Amino acid sequence: MSAETSGATAPSATPRSGPSAGTVAATAALAGVESRPGASKPDAILVADDVVRRFGGLTAVKVDHLEVQRNVITALIGPNGAGKTTLFNLVTGFDRPSSGTWTFDGASMSGKPAARTAQAGMVRTFQLTKALARMTVIDNMRLGARDQPGENMIAALVKPLWVKREREITVKADELLVRFKLDHLRDEFAGSLSGGQRKLLEMARALMSDPVMIMLDEPMAGVNPALTQSLLGHIRDLRDQGMTVLFVEHDMHMVRHISDWVVVMAEGRIVAEGPPETVMEDAAVIDAYLGAHHDTDLGDDALLADEVIHNLEHEAEAEEENR
Amino acid sequence: MDWQRLLTLAAAELIAPQTAAFALAAIGLNVHFGFTGLLNMGHAGFMLLGAYGFAISTIAGAPLWLALIIAMACAVVFALLLGIPTLKLRGDYLAIVTISAAEIVRMVGRSTLFTDLTGASSGIRGNTYKSTFQALSPLPDGSTTIGPFTYGNNLSNGWWVRIAAWAIVLLAVLFIYLLMRSPWGRVLKGIREDEDAVRALGKSVYAYKMQALVLGGVLGALGGVVYVLPTSVQPDAMGRAMTFFVWTVLLLGGAATIFGPVLGSMIFFVTLSIVRTTMREVLPPDVFSPAQIEPLSGMLIGIALMLLVIFRPQGILGDKKELTFHVR
Ligand SMILES: Nc1ncnc2c1ncn2[C@@H]1O[C@H](COP(=O)(O)OP(=O)(O)O)[C@@H](O)[C@H]1O
Ligand SMILES: [Mg+2]
Repeated sequence: MSAETSGATAPSATPRSGPSAGTVAATAALAGVESRPGASKPDAILVADDVVRRFGGLTAVKVDHLEVQRNVITALIGPNGAGKTTLFNLVTGFDRPSSGTWTFDGASMSGKPAARTAQAGMVRTFQLTKALARMTVIDNMRLGARDQPGENMIAALVKPLWVKREREITVKADELLVRFKLDHLRDEFAGSLSGGQRKLLEMARALMSDPVMIMLDEPMAGVNPALTQSLLGHIRDLRDQGMTVLFVEHDMHMVRHISDWVVVMAEGRIVAEGPPETVMEDAAVIDAYLGAHHDTDLGDDALLADEVIHNLEHEAEAEEENR
Repeated sequence: MDWQRLLTLAAAELIAPQTAAFALAAIGLNVHFGFTGLLNMGHAGFMLLGAYGFAISTIAGAPLWLALIIAMACAVVFALLLGIPTLKLRGDYLAIVTISAAEIVRMVGRSTLFTDLTGASSGIRGNTYKSTFQALSPLPDGSTTIGPFTYGNNLSNGWWVRIAAWAIVLLAVLFIYLLMRSPWGRVLKGIREDEDAVRALGKSVYAYKMQALVLGGVLGALGGVVYVLPTSVQPDAMGRAMTFFVWTVLLLGGAATIFGPVLGSMIFFVTLSIVRTTMREVLPPDVFSPAQIEPLSGMLIGIALMLLVIFRPQGILGDKKELTFHVR
């Protein structure tokens, strides 16, 4: 890993190498969209209406209208406690809203169980990583695959029925492990991985199912800084291959350089939307952040300074320890 | 002290039908707990239901195959009843419900509600339901000596029941081996580790947990049938203590391993036999009556289990590496 510390060597991962074709296409697709909360998009894949989630007296999420454009990278930002994770949980079926409806790819998904939304192509990762500790890394990956007939109890008994698909799955898993630089850990138990490696594993595992839309909850927290740049490149590649990406992140540098569209949440509501350059200057956004990041300039590259990354890593580790 | 007698008695436990019965039950519990992470605290309930199902249907005139199917069907229904309300909830709910459900089965069995069927607290005599099984024996009458063991070929606690019992254990081991190396088994292990992660990958966790609960329960019921074949159906012999012993067997051998339950059962009964015989020989009979030896050896087994969990929590066959990181 230490050989990689010079980091951003892959051209596609270097932020300053000019916009890629995918970025240009995404920008063009969003060109006519207004920069206001709840703005309608020309080709929305996820549309949510009046989604409310209360925890006792606390309204964690109150989203009047949200559209997520297909085949672009949308960042969901906001201070801690803004309701980003809760919104993820709601639309992916891991939590039940107090009220509200949403559709994914034209089909209603409200009230659908989590497994069904994942089957529909909406696959998410978790802020608190869920590596399957007493399983090997490669088995974690294989579990992510779809259409394995051997996952049926009867077919499982007859190896010839599933061994061919298993081989395909394994090839694909190994490719992804190489991409995420986890191939040397292939046969280790996932529980022995570091916090950052688990994040990567979870993301790679989610990709095993060829999602239509991938939802990443703080994908960079705790990831080795040497890897973050190439990860940014991977996320762009996903979009360029036709995937829709929605991610939560509080690293403003990452948000600014990778996202095509930014949605800002504060106190459960969507307070601003727009292209990254515009949104970072929005008064509502600066307001929203005043509590959490009092003296940091939004989008300041200094945010990616070693010290900050260090702090983020510490946060992530502390989180892990707290579990 | 008569060492040869001690060792012969202990070795006899290796092939005893009771050892096979507990191995089978522990294989079922392993599907629940070892592979899927389901906390079933009432496994004896599955075993007792299997025993009742087999005995009662045989007495009613069912042929052997039908009686076995009925025994297993009882476990399927029981698993569904327990699983439907609890498997969507957190794991502890299943634990509580299984404890009480197993007790309910025993209480109903020993009550006078269905004395005609269950024989209430005195149970069902073995001779009333053994005939179909005995009739299947290919062995000639008489007795056979193999090494230190001499048993009647077709006596109710003889060679035939041993052969059949261990054949079923072998089949169960093979069956579990085939399942657990498959992608189906992988999904179960994923659920054991973190069911939300598995849900996020689009698998219907509830359906898998239900399948595991049913499968493990059916193996438990078969264990119950094997347990009562050489003896009789005694509801009070198949209560909480039995559940506890099945857990001991599983943890001893190593949860989530293929041979762990079999090895665990052998070690458990061999140890129990050695402890019992030794105490009978060594302890002066005027201080400890034979009736006191039984609970005393139970106590020693309990202490051994505590030491095991402290010093070798992964069991005999388990992988130490799996425990070096905390789960969740
Ligand atoms: N299960 C829960 N029970 C009670 N309150 C919760 C629960 N989950 C989240 N909250 C509250 O909802 C608010 C939003 O939380 P969350 O969605 O995790 O924020 P974010 O991901 O934006 O940091 C917070 O105030 C949090 O304390
Ligand atoms: Mg969050």
